[in-house]
Amino acid sequence: MTLLIGSITIGLILALLALGSFISFRIFDFPDITAEGSFTFGAAITASLIVAGINPVVATVLAFAGGLLAGSATGLIHTRFKINPLLSGILVMTALYSVNLHVMGKSNVPLLSQNTLFTWFEKFSNIISGENAVVNLIGWSVPAKDLWTLFFCLLIIVAFSLLLLWFFRTNIGTAMRATGDNDQMIRALGVNTKGMIIFGVALSNGFIALSGSMLAQFQGFADVQMGIGMMVWGLASVIIGEALISENRLGLLIAGAVIGAVLFRLLVAIALRWGMNPNDLKLITAAFVFLALVLPGFMKQTKKIKLIR
Amino acid sequence: MLEISNLYKTFNAGTINEVNALQDVSLSIEDGCFVCVLGTNGSGKSTLLNAVAGNFLTDAGTIILNGRNITRWPEHKRACQIGRVFQNPFSGTAPGMSIGENLALAAKRGGKRGLGWGLPASLVRDLRYRVKVLNMGLEERLDTPIGKLSGGQRQALTLLMASWLRPDLLLLDEHTAALDPKTASNVIELTEQIVTEGKLTTLMVTHSMQQAVNLGDRVIMMHQGKIRYDFRGEEKKRLKVPDLLYLFDELRRKDQIDTGVAELLVANYV
Repeated sequence: MTLLIGSITIGLILALLALGSFISFRIFDFPDITAEGSFTFGAAITASLIVAGINPVVATVLAFAGGLLAGSATGLIHTRFKINPLLSGILVMTALYSVNLHVMGKSNVPLLSQNTLFTWFEKFSNIISGENAVVNLIGWSVPAKDLWTLFFCLLIIVAFSLLLLWFFRTNIGTAMRATGDNDQMIRALGVNTKGMIIFGVALSNGFIALSGSMLAQFQGFADVQMGIGMMVWGLASVIIGEALISENRLGLLIAGAVIGAVLFRLLVAIALRWGMNPNDLKLITAAFVFLALVLPGFMKQTKKIKLIR
Repeated sequence: MLEISNLYKTFNAGTINEVNALQDVSLSIEDGCFVCVLGTNGSGKSTLLNAVAGNFLTDAGTIILNGRNITRWPEHKRACQIGRVFQNPFSGTAPGMSIGENLALAAKRGGKRGLGWGLPASLVRDLRYRVKVLNMGLEERLDTPIGKLSGGQRQALTLLMASWLRPDLLLLDEHTAALDPKTASNVIELTEQIVTEGKLTTLMVTHSMQQAVNLGDRVIMMHQGKIRYDFRGEEKKRLKVPDLLYLFDELRRKDQIDTGVAELLVANYV
């Protein structure tokens, strides 16, 4: 049970990554691999700042700002210098690897004895439920602090989802969605589409860096390798969400991405529990996303063939 | 008032595919004037429209709209003065977004877009009222994604969007070319209604001589990047389709003479 709650908590943290992927991949159709760098960048900024004694909230907010910066760089390279989206992302991701090492000073920064958002959640739990309290949850005894942590993560992710939904319904957010949908049309209506793409990719990477920052605080360390495979992970979450929702409404798509992220994390946890080799994780994730991208088209084709016969 | 002077545009300069799309084009359109641009394929009529809209920057010449020199302005900045409808019915609307959202985007053409609610209730009432004019029953379907509509419906909505805020200049780029005849005539009817009611200065590119004869108060014929004929006033009113056909034939004949002369020269001197 503790494992389950831990998995859901990580799933919720990675839901921020899924929201970031949703913005770049679904709103803009921009396969943004900057994610791999900005996820670590967020973690690196937060970890270094916390070790330096900065307030965890400030450290987390600055991680978001770092993500915005990384995303703007990718957006700028793509729009101003007309380099294709994937290559722009690769350039920034590669550059960020060095930047991250500089920010951290070494390849791994432990946060075990530091004050983080999550030690705050624990303190809160100790005050409300008492120290080392155990809650009986449908027959299982679960540490109260784990439940409180889960609750706070849920609160954060719901708040950010609502914020994103609200943003996409404002004038500027509607214009951003239109930029991804039909850039010719929205330019004719007076929107600077280049600026919009930069803003959108920045926002996407802000969410992703925030996700990295929170994961580092949850697991108690930042590592220069932790961003590897995160782009595909985000895509997998978004795709699962879409399969679940199968409706084209904005609010539902955002909710879908969040649920997809949690479900995907649970699936991975179960697979690992059943004895899957952790080394195979990325291979299977990639294969999964490949199938999810290919299957819908393939199924349409076979249907057509059947109809012809 | 639109004032185009000595406009030049060459595509693929310095290569085999060099095209002199606009060569010293000058044109002045008074306020409230509805101008039809006719021309053969590759005559530069669409290029002229796109140059005014700002799809690309021109090589030389100036474009002045309502006293403002917009020659070097980017496309999105010109949009605060210009409304556009494209040839492709899919170009003018965002397919994944609802009818209401598309119209709301148009209601802010060229304006500041901040964090205000994109589709407030007061605007929705206004949208219903104005969409009703189209007589397509779309006022009850404002939540429907535009991608679900037919080309004709989308083109009608694009027209409405382009003229939602009164533009200083309305650009129509063969906006009925991709529609079936019945739908095309409906859209043309709507165009006439919108342009007349708003007294809009309009530049319409068309391939249909019938449209050019029936609509507007001025006809321009382009050929090989130049304006060859310009009919206005009584002259335009007297213009008939056979006259235009004759002029097109003449342009073609002149071309043939040109190539004939060239061959003659080659035969004699090379």
